[in-house]
Amino acid sequence: MITFEHVTKEYPDGTVAIEDISFTVEEGTTTVLVGPSGCGKTTTMKLVNRLEEPTEGTVHRDETPISEFDTIQLRRETGYVIQEIGLFDHMTVADNIATVPRLNDWDESDIDPRIDELLELMDLPPDQYRDSYPTELSGGQRQRIGVARALASDPDVLLMDEPFGALDPITRENLQDEFLSIQSKLDTTILFVTHSIDEALKMGDRIAIFDVGEIVQYDTPQAILEDPKTEFVEDFIGSDRPLKKLQVTTVSDVMSPATDGFATVGGSETPTAAVQSDGGQSVTPLSPTDTALSALSRLVESDHGRLPVVDEGKLIGTVDDENIRHSNDGDRS
Amino acid sequence: MEPPTPVVSGQLVAYWEFIVENFSQLLFRTGEHAEIISIAIAIAVPIGVGLGILCTFDDRLATVVIWLAGIMMTIPSIALFGILIPYFGIGAEPVIVALVLYSQLPVIRNTYVGLTDIEPAALEAGRAMGMTRLQLLRKVQLPKALPVIMAGVRNSVVILIGIAAIGAFIGAGGLGTFIFDGIARADVPMIVVATIILSALALLFDYGFGVTEQLFRLRNGEEIEPSRLTRVIQRVRA
Repeated sequence: MITFEHVTKEYPDGTVAIEDISFTVEEGTTTVLVGPSGCGKTTTMKLVNRLEEPTEGTVHRDETPISEFDTIQLRRETGYVIQEIGLFDHMTVADNIATVPRLNDWDESDIDPRIDELLELMDLPPDQYRDSYPTELSGGQRQRIGVARALASDPDVLLMDEPFGALDPITRENLQDEFLSIQSKLDTTILFVTHSIDEALKMGDRIAIFDVGEIVQYDTPQAILEDPKTEFVEDFIGSDRPLKKLQVTTVSDVMSPATDGFATVGGSETPTAAVQSDGGQSVTPLSPTDTALSALSRLVESDHGRLPVVDEGKLIGTVDDENIRHSNDGDRS
Repeated sequence: MEPPTPVVSGQLVAYWEFIVENFSQLLFRTGEHAEIISIAIAIAVPIGVGLGILCTFDDRLATVVIWLAGIMMTIPSIALFGILIPYFGIGAEPVIVALVLYSQLPVIRNTYVGLTDIEPAALEAGRAMGMTRLQLLRKVQLPKALPVIMAGVRNSVVILIGIAAIGAFIGAGGLGTFIFDGIARADVPMIVVATIILSALALLFDYGFGVTEQLFRLRNGEEIEPSRLTRVIQRVRA
């Protein structure tokens, strides 16, 4: 848990980066700091590993003010990923990943398997990548190594400053998806900085929206989309708010339990069984974890007014455009 | 009128005869020259790199140190030898001291530039991962700066080879001995042959350090067009 208590950061030249900020990042969740450039989101993040020191107020890790930690040790226990990645080009991929474990004096016999484990987690076969140099890799692969390096000594807190900002849209999307699945396996508290509201909605359990130097709204993605507190937030989200809301809503949130007219085929063993409608045509079912937006897009292209939802081979409900429309009224959340 | 060719070939014969007659002496003086250079560089590099590292801790110190090293370069070598004789006598010693002083500017400047001109993201990442100032220097800055430092050493070696020749004037030995003797006796082959060997020595050192620099660059993952020798060494090591 990270707590900001009335934190102000003023630079020596008089620029006030953030003013009187208070919020709490819950254990094991991802909190996204989002806002236009120069709003103080990166400064806020850097206060957590003491790359910056607050002018006023305190930042706590759990109950302890971070000023009571040894700076070097604090940083070694905090993962850090930045847009420019900052890999050490003169070291192999393996040596890059081993940086923090070596600083922490791990046994080499423990470091070796850890490197392989992380490379596998990042979907980079260790045999192929261990001994290559960062300059031989693509941008997406480099950032994977950047994330692996940050996770190497299993930090409790991971700080990410626009980690996917410099990648092309397709690579970015892939890495976001991969990272979400990695994150679900970790119990790391993540502070994620981005200027993209789409990325914030996708990655965050909670989102802190920054205007110049202050947090204007701190809430879950759903709550922010349903009830933007100020005009600034509304503008920042953009005019496609209803669609964005569908993006953070899952099929299980909107579906109705009625399953009449559909039946599974292929037996209950098949994870995503094809479902036949009354007319005998087979329909590819939705999964309860699909977004409402992809359900909508499936409805638009489909001949059917209604689509079945199948979870682990079981037919559990259906979705039609009425369900989706209701989700946007704010009836459900 | 007689064609000029015989004159030239006559001179070539004179050069050749000089080389044959003085072969062992030439070899000895070349060795002596290389030895003076090697000792000077062995002393100069640690001092220069050390001062370069110190400079990265304080900008004002950097300005002063690099300025002083620059002033050194403007002092004529003969004058500097003269200043050093009261303290170090004559012979190789004052020359080596002078060479160490002359080599400082390229070494200090390149060390300083190499250490400071590093991708800011790599430095930030290192700091954020909990490296101390010294760990950052040892693990990130120095390895990355090594090719640049090497280029400075290479630069200063070439300068030193020329200056060391003048050292013969105060009895340091080396190839300069032939040049001063040649001037005194108006012996053109003696001067020309010594000068050619001197240039060849400089080119040899230059090439050797050049290859070392390239190997460091390649190890750092930089993209360069390696020379033939560099490629051969790489293949042998692989």
